[in-house]
Amino acid sequence: MTKVGYFYTDCLVPMVGNNPYATAEENSMELSINAEVYSLPSEKLVVLQIRSPFIKNKYRPFCQTLFSWVKSSKCARVILLSSSHAYQRDDEQLLGTPLRYLLTPDLEKAVGGLMQDLNWKEMEKVAAYPGINDTEKVLHIPGGGITKLLFTESCSRGIQMAVLLKFCSEGDNIPDAFALVNYLNEWLQLIKSKSNNSTDTSSQWKIPSSWRLLFGNGLPPALF
Amino acid sequence: MATFFGEVVVAPSRAGVDDEEWAEEAREETPEDREIRRELEKKREIDVLWTLKSGASTESSAAEPFVCSKFIVAIGHNAAAFLSSFILDSVCWEVVGVVKLWNEWCRTSNTTKVLPTDSFCLFYRLISDPTVLLCQCSCYVAEDQQFQWLEKVFGCMRKESLQVTILSTCPVADYKTQESTLTLPSPFLKALKTKEFKEQVCCPLLEQPNIVRDLPAAVLSYCQVWQIPAVLYQCYTDVIKLDTVTIEAFKPLLSSKILKSLVKNLNFHHKIACFQEIRLLENQ
Repeated sequence: MTKVGYFYTDCLVPMVGNNPYATAEENSMELSINAEVYSLPSEKLVVLQIRSPFIKNKYRPFCQTLFSWVKSSKCARVILLSSSHAYQRDDEQLLGTPLRYLLTPDLEKAVGGLMQDLNWKEMEKVAAYPGINDTEKVLHIPGGGITKLLFTESCSRGIQMAVLLKFCSEGDNIPDAFALVNYLNEWLQLIKSKSNNSTDTSSQWKIPSSWRLLFGNGLPPALF
Repeated sequence: MATFFGEVVVAPSRAGVDDEEWAEEAREETPEDREIRRELEKKREIDVLWTLKSGASTESSAAEPFVCSKFIVAIGHNAAAFLSSFILDSVCWEVVGVVKLWNEWCRTSNTTKVLPTDSFCLFYRLISDPTVLLCQCSCYVAEDQQFQWLEKVFGCMRKESLQVTILSTCPVADYKTQESTLTLPSPFLKALKTKEFKEQVCCPLLEQPNIVRDLPAAVLSYCQVWQIPAVLYQCYTDVIKLDTVTIEAFKPLLSSKILKSLVKNLNFHHKIACFQEIRLLENQ
């Protein structure tokens, strides 16, 4: 995918670094900022990657800007890749796959059946007042940041949005990233699996060069 | 989060919002909350006061955008002191502006008389070439104020043929490398540049996965998005306070194309005197 632009906003904490997807010396020194847009015309796919946290009290303005951009650039569907705290799952969520999806009513009509065929699990709603009233259920995505806000806003604005998320624990999230991208690929079929086993595409994904040194620096030689 | 070897690394929420903060946000806002928030926002607004016209202060919005060919920004006490020691000279430069801001860490007033140890943000103009602008920013500009800073400062400038140089410092502990940071010869310089910057850079470029945050990142992002040639020199140091060794670490920049013509003609003794003065202030 090629970088086609920036999502320049006052809602995100500023951050700069060199190209996180550098593959060679030539492209390693291109500046990257906190929110960038990539496109893949052959798949009619545009990716917005958000790399820094939100500034306090700026979630709602960000949501507004994002939706007006989605509208003006005529995106038919929006897929939000997100996560939720693994330690806050209820009994039901602890069972089976850690991957979940959510569809807005407008998208449900179009792809609801496909999700059933893929045997995907919809994100469960949880009791609003556990132990007191189990009938009133709400959507709860702890650790998901603005996921819930974006989803509920999409529902009311009639935007076709799907949320794909994984329950994650803090630490090395590289396996989580692979699991989530494979989950997305099951649906969109962005890359075809070489083997017959359709879920095994992990070996075909490339690890960005910026994922190095996840656990800090080298050790002082004096330690040994 | 602590790693296997016990050093603490930052592990923010992947989605970028603390849950506690989020719960607060989701709560219904009462008219009183709104009023408090509005008042706070008003208080946190930053003001750029330009004194371009014969000493009379004018609001930034009132002034016409002025032509600027070189804009040099020093962020932090050490970078600001480097400019004071090697570039700024009361004979050649005049103060043309000041930023007034208020946040949880610092407040600056609209005074232009400051000590090197004060927190301030001042703009200077080269008398012989008024298109050369210099900024010393030793005050903390909070996250929610950085965008405003950019809009208000760059809003006053014509962006054609502008070139931006940013100097800043950060702790060597933030530097990610295969080696141990203990073996690194700190302080050292690393650079980041925008796509349009075509000149020679005086030090190695910053390697992945290192990133730069805060105001230096905000200025560089602005330049990248608006296609302004810009370079950031980040000094990794183990002393964040005003420190002569860290100030000297910026010295390779004196040979850069942009600073070469501005270097003040100081003899060695004068320079040492400058440092001693800074040391004295530091110990006060």
